[in-house]
Amino acid sequence: MFSLDLLRDAIVFGLLVGCFYAAVSVGLSVAFGLLDVPHIAHPAFLVLGSYCTWLLNGYGLDPIIAGIVLMPPFFLLGMAVYRFYYETFERRGSEAGLRGLAFFFGVVFIIEVGLVLLFGVDQRLVEADYIGESLTIGDMRLPLRLIVAFAVALVLTIGLSLYLSKTFTGRAIKAVAQDEPALRLMGANPVRIKQWAFGIATAATALAGALLIIVGPVEPTTDRVYIGRTFCVVVLAGLGSMSGTLVAGLILGISESIVLTLLGASWAPAVAFGLLLIMLGIRPQGLFGR
Amino acid sequence: MTEPLLKVDSLSKSFGGFAALSEVSIAVAQGERFGLIGPNGSGKTTLINCVSGALRNDGGSINFAGEEISRLPAYQRTRRGIARTFQIPRPFSSMPVIENLIVPLEYVAHRGSLHTADTRAEAMAILETIGLADKAQTPSSRLSQVELRKLELARAMAARPRLLISDEAMAGLASNEVKEVLAILFRLNESGITIIMIEHIMQAVMRFSQRVICLDAGRIICEGTPESIVRNLDVQRAYLGA
Amino acid sequence: MKPRNWGFWAGAAAALALAALAVATVRNEYYFFAAYVVIQFVVLATAWNILGGYAGYVNFGASAFFGVGAYIAVMLIKATGVPLAVQIAGAAAVGGALGFGVGLLTLRLRGIFFSIATVAITIILETTVINWRYVGGATGIQILRPPVMEPFDSYTKMLFIAVVLLAIVAVAIARYIETSWLGRGLRAVRDNEEAAECAGVPTLKLKLMACTVSGALMSAAGAPLAMYQSFVEPASAFNLTYSVSALAMPIIGGTSHWIGPVIGAILLGTVQQVVTVTISSELNVLVVGVLLVLFVVAAPEGIVGLARRFAARFRKRES
Repeated sequence: MFSLDLLRDAIVFGLLVGCFYAAVSVGLSVAFGLLDVPHIAHPAFLVLGSYCTWLLNGYGLDPIIAGIVLMPPFFLLGMAVYRFYYETFERRGSEAGLRGLAFFFGVVFIIEVGLVLLFGVDQRLVEADYIGESLTIGDMRLPLRLIVAFAVALVLTIGLSLYLSKTFTGRAIKAVAQDEPALRLMGANPVRIKQWAFGIATAATALAGALLIIVGPVEPTTDRVYIGRTFCVVVLAGLGSMSGTLVAGLILGISESIVLTLLGASWAPAVAFGLLLIMLGIRPQGLFGR
Repeated sequence: MTEPLLKVDSLSKSFGGFAALSEVSIAVAQGERFGLIGPNGSGKTTLINCVSGALRNDGGSINFAGEEISRLPAYQRTRRGIARTFQIPRPFSSMPVIENLIVPLEYVAHRGSLHTADTRAEAMAILETIGLADKAQTPSSRLSQVELRKLELARAMAARPRLLISDEAMAGLASNEVKEVLAILFRLNESGITIIMIEHIMQAVMRFSQRVICLDAGRIICEGTPESIVRNLDVQRAYLGA
Repeated sequence: MKPRNWGFWAGAAAALALAALAVATVRNEYYFFAAYVVIQFVVLATAWNILGGYAGYVNFGASAFFGVGAYIAVMLIKATGVPLAVQIAGAAAVGGALGFGVGLLTLRLRGIFFSIATVAITIILETTVINWRYVGGATGIQILRPPVMEPFDSYTKMLFIAVVLLAIVAVAIARYIETSWLGRGLRAVRDNEEAAECAGVPTLKLKLMACTVSGALMSAAGAPLAMYQSFVEPASAFNLTYSVSALAMPIIGGTSHWIGPVIGAILLGTVQQVVTVTISSELNVLVVGVLLVLFVVAAPEGIVGLARRFAARFRKRES
């Protein structure tokens, strides 16, 4: 049964979720879009953030606070991971592409199975005042947790975007993505900058992981469906485009929501990948890519 | 008047909003030694990328030996006789030096009939003329800068080209090494290969070329004999930014 | 025939003879089951390496091709009841077409986009199968197996021989590609695609060829599964373990030589069997992941590379 109301609900839902998808993907936008790291393990770090949030929530910490608290340790984790990646792979040259990719693929599985062994396969949820409540606007009932996630996601995405375009370090990061030799000539150390950037990307992912477990239950294999969503958003936006990430997230959110309404939940995972393949086929540089 | 070997007409290429080449036209005669100069960013490498097929030109036409080739993929242009070297050498680093040459030999020269014995001997012969014969089995990742430049030339030669485009093969080399490479290019030209040389080392370009074109900001600003180019005020302005 | 070809085919014949001898004499069916799984991985790893090792394009979707092979076999049995050989051929044809399609879509782009597209294909195919009632949806299909062909007395033994034959074919194909001008061209593409193109190598055509052959062989590896289990369901046919293993085994064994995937598959496959039986199947995936990361970081040229270096050092000491 198709109705305008249903469509409107789907679009609103899609907008809320879409912004969340953007926040979840900004880390990848930086890591892969700007730094060219084949960071297939990004969704795994996302789920790791969710589980850490769940642990802190068990001690009574509000999940969003938990997410913010997790940002510094994840920042350091990101720096360490990049340093390791750079020393082991980027330095060596041609074979590095295949090996770097395989490395991150292995990391995905290690994290996934590690989570299963530590926490089991059950779904995990967090508790907070805004989870379980709904806001009623007109004849729409919107889950409060989605609105909260939407708001935080918006702040995170726009914040990161502003950081990259307005601050000195942020612009250095963008510069290193475009013209590394020039940056070197200006006396800056590109490796240090990239390391910092990867740290920030991972920190953002920690907060996004908190949002993930606020929006819905999380289990160790959740990363697989988010590989599709995050790469879809990044490719749709175009590598290196931060503002595009928000738009792309919204597009994905709305598309998925409409498919969910029309065809049901079992087709939803294919939407992100389908959009991804279509984009790669007709316009691989994305909507806003360089 | 005989047809030029390479005829480029009103070639244009843009990257986003930036026009790297605007309406560039050149004609290179069979057997000619042609020089291409211009300050950094003037579009020289873009031009040869369009000619060799690494890039697709946006407008204009490229005519090689009477055939319009601008829609052909790069490997087919190589098979028709256009070979190029890369400014920063790109060896097949997992292979020894000699195998680097066997690739073009198998894929261009001997496409119909592949007998390994012949290609090895032929590759050795090319390495002898270029002075790398004693490094035949060395992994190409272990060569010095000048050896890598020579390998680039050798690999281009193995494709049995009619036109060879040499992209700054002498950049950063010592003066005796420059002489070595220049001598190789002269010898190749004597055997009938048309050569387009892109260089910043003015004395090399002027000694080598019969005709020179100067590019600046994607346009041709001067064309003529080496002597006339050197005296030209536009060229001086382009290089010195007066 | 050239002398080194002699050696290879003699070895292959010996392996087949050994397999036949085992079938005739060994009673315990479990050994054939375990061997089936391991040799199935030999096919999968060898197939993966044709595109991954020789051309440098990392396929994360081996389970998609494998699953497709199993499902095509099931559909053929259900529709026409054709013999195993035809099922395998059918699966290979579809797998090849799938490889060609994915390749056409993404091989023009950078390597990582191809890799992500292979993940996409896996999820999309699995989702399609789950939603398609004709092939049984999420619950899968049961098929009725015809009585076993002469001279075998059990399906396990027959499929064991089938997979041994398949492995010999796969390795022979990989070896041919590797040692021929095709392999040289692929290596050139892997080393420096732009330079290869300018050296006259038709890079897209070669990559498509490798992708098609790789896909066909991976699907062929999945085909016997239908008859093996007489039951196929998406969760097991498209199991992610196939994707990880198909990637880890060649990397651990060594991607530059055809024997690398064979060594990797036999070693890792055996370890997996032991771990699954003695501890758990979760730990199985963890072991594969850890070994993969270890080798990629510390021994990127795999066991073959380590052996080469050891041999070189040994030779130096001798002289």
